[in-house]
Amino acid sequence: MAQTIQNDKRYEAGVIPYKKMGYWEPDYQPLDTDIIALFRITPQDGVDPEEAAAAVAGESSTATWTVVWTDRLTACDKYRAKAYRVDQVPGSDNQYFAYIAYDIQLFEPGSIANLTASIIGNVFGFKAISALRLEDMRIPTAYMTTYKGPPTGIVVERERLDKFGRPLLGATTKPKLGLSGRNYGRVVYEALKGGLDFVKDDENINSQPFMHWRDRFLYVMEAVNKASAATGEVKGHYLNVTAATMEDMYERAEFAKDLGSSIVMIDLVIGYTAIQSMSNWARKNDMILHLHRAGHSTYTRQKNHGVSFRVISKWMRMAGVDHIHAGTVVGKLEGDPNQIAGFYDVLREPFNPQNLEHGVFFDQDWAGLNKCMPVASGGIHVGQMHQLLHYLGEDTVLQFGGGTIGHPDGIQAGAIANRVALEAMILARNEGRDYINEGPDILKKAAKDCSPLQHALDTWKDITFDYTSTDTPDFVPSNTPSS
Amino acid sequence: MRLTQGTFSFLPDLTDEQIKKQVKYCLDNGWAVSLEYTDDPHPRNTYWEMFGHPMFDLKDPAGMMMDLEECRETFPNHYIRLMAFDSTHQWETPRLSFIVNRPPEEPGFHITRQEREGRSVRYTISSYATDKPEGQRY
Repeated sequence: MAQTIQNDKRYEAGVIPYKKMGYWEPDYQPLDTDIIALFRITPQDGVDPEEAAAAVAGESSTATWTVVWTDRLTACDKYRAKAYRVDQVPGSDNQYFAYIAYDIQLFEPGSIANLTASIIGNVFGFKAISALRLEDMRIPTAYMTTYKGPPTGIVVERERLDKFGRPLLGATTKPKLGLSGRNYGRVVYEALKGGLDFVKDDENINSQPFMHWRDRFLYVMEAVNKASAATGEVKGHYLNVTAATMEDMYERAEFAKDLGSSIVMIDLVIGYTAIQSMSNWARKNDMILHLHRAGHSTYTRQKNHGVSFRVISKWMRMAGVDHIHAGTVVGKLEGDPNQIAGFYDVLREPFNPQNLEHGVFFDQDWAGLNKCMPVASGGIHVGQMHQLLHYLGEDTVLQFGGGTIGHPDGIQAGAIANRVALEAMILARNEGRDYINEGPDILKKAAKDCSPLQHALDTWKDITFDYTSTDTPDFVPSNTPSS
Repeated sequence: MRLTQGTFSFLPDLTDEQIKKQVKYCLDNGWAVSLEYTDDPHPRNTYWEMFGHPMFDLKDPAGMMMDLEECRETFPNHYIRLMAFDSTHQWETPRLSFIVNRPPEEPGFHITRQEREGRSVRYTISSYATDKPEGQRY
């Protein structure tokens, strides 16, 4: 089946198909140490899918468009990525899943920038394919252990915060833009005193004319400490240190540390190298590192082209962030329940078994890397508490921004409503009740002792975001008749 | 002021029947339950006094309820929390922690601001109760 041209014919000057250059090896058995990438390929009309897969393997490893004799100065068989399997995507006539194996020595240890420069660096604009998506990757243990992973992790974060057995509660300060430092801190104080654990800067709160970063940090830390004294709890606010340069980011992070903040925040748009640098900084300074996935939907949402968020989740756990926004299922932003279950598993579990229904294509051992806390944010409210707990589980941060600050009786009332609803739902779940079906009743009963919860339920009772997801799994369980 | 540490502090104080159901949940998960008490509820006072070791081999929630009764009799005016430890690899930490007894009066916390250069402030939080010696606080 292998069609690689052998011997000296392989290196005659000119252009030969990638398939014949050694990038299509259907008999290849991937090594335990290989990195495996799974691409969804949409070849141009008339292009053989195996040739398209070989082209992706070639261009993401050693090849260029023509034969070069200098290959022969290297152990080129080893360095060539090998496409070894191409399957038609279920339910599609022009999309194919291509499995490509890469030797571990093609990659610099511990560098997401290097890994991604190879895997997604060059191939996505390739003319022979009309669209390309990186669906999943298998990272071998030998390569995984070259990454440090989350600096704090779920276990230590909970120990530092002294909060166990329930999702954490947060909110993003609104309006996103325009509040002065003084007014901003007011929102933070009210929400934390009311019962939230965290408040958060939004992704685009950096240092604008209406509020410079130092001013924000000072007022926010007053709010955090005052709320901590009012409740006897550890409280926090994700201070966004995203800035134009690493020097600016380090300066802001150092100031946050000096003021006693337990957590800082960065945006995905700062880039993989900057994220790894901030992870090192956080590790050195005992700081929880929150990542807002600003910009990801430009490449994660469309099913036929880009990079799946499952892969971004893997890279970010390896790069080392403690929190990452990973979807809500029920909120205002894109999120198919099965896909999101896959993202959450990738972030939180020590080992992910293959689960095609959740879009997880490979067994993945995390080699002891810390667990990363997924954050659910965007259009969620207290009336969905049972669904949120059901879909997202206990180790997550539920962020009710509008659902706290938009409460008719004020921000504190909004926070109280969220916390009471959450605790009531956890209590019921632990008691063994069918909380997903009894959820609305559990909330109604809890609201009898808590008028802010009743008002929240009255305000948002019918709000849902029922739109069709674009990013859905290709494999659905089918009831196969037993033979 | 109501101290809101622990998983269920925003709900009305749990009844013994409710506590027992939570203990059962912990035991069903294979966690070891234990009691800890303190009269210093500072949010960073991690090490409350242990009322015996975690009950690693407990099967019946009734065993914990007997201990709780004894702990409450001994320390009626202290904070008592019930904790559940999970020894599973890569957890190895408490998985649930909630208050099961609190003093009749909770005076709350004092905040001290030490002013520094550039408008920055060093904050210190202390419980009003800890102004008195241990044992005389509540």
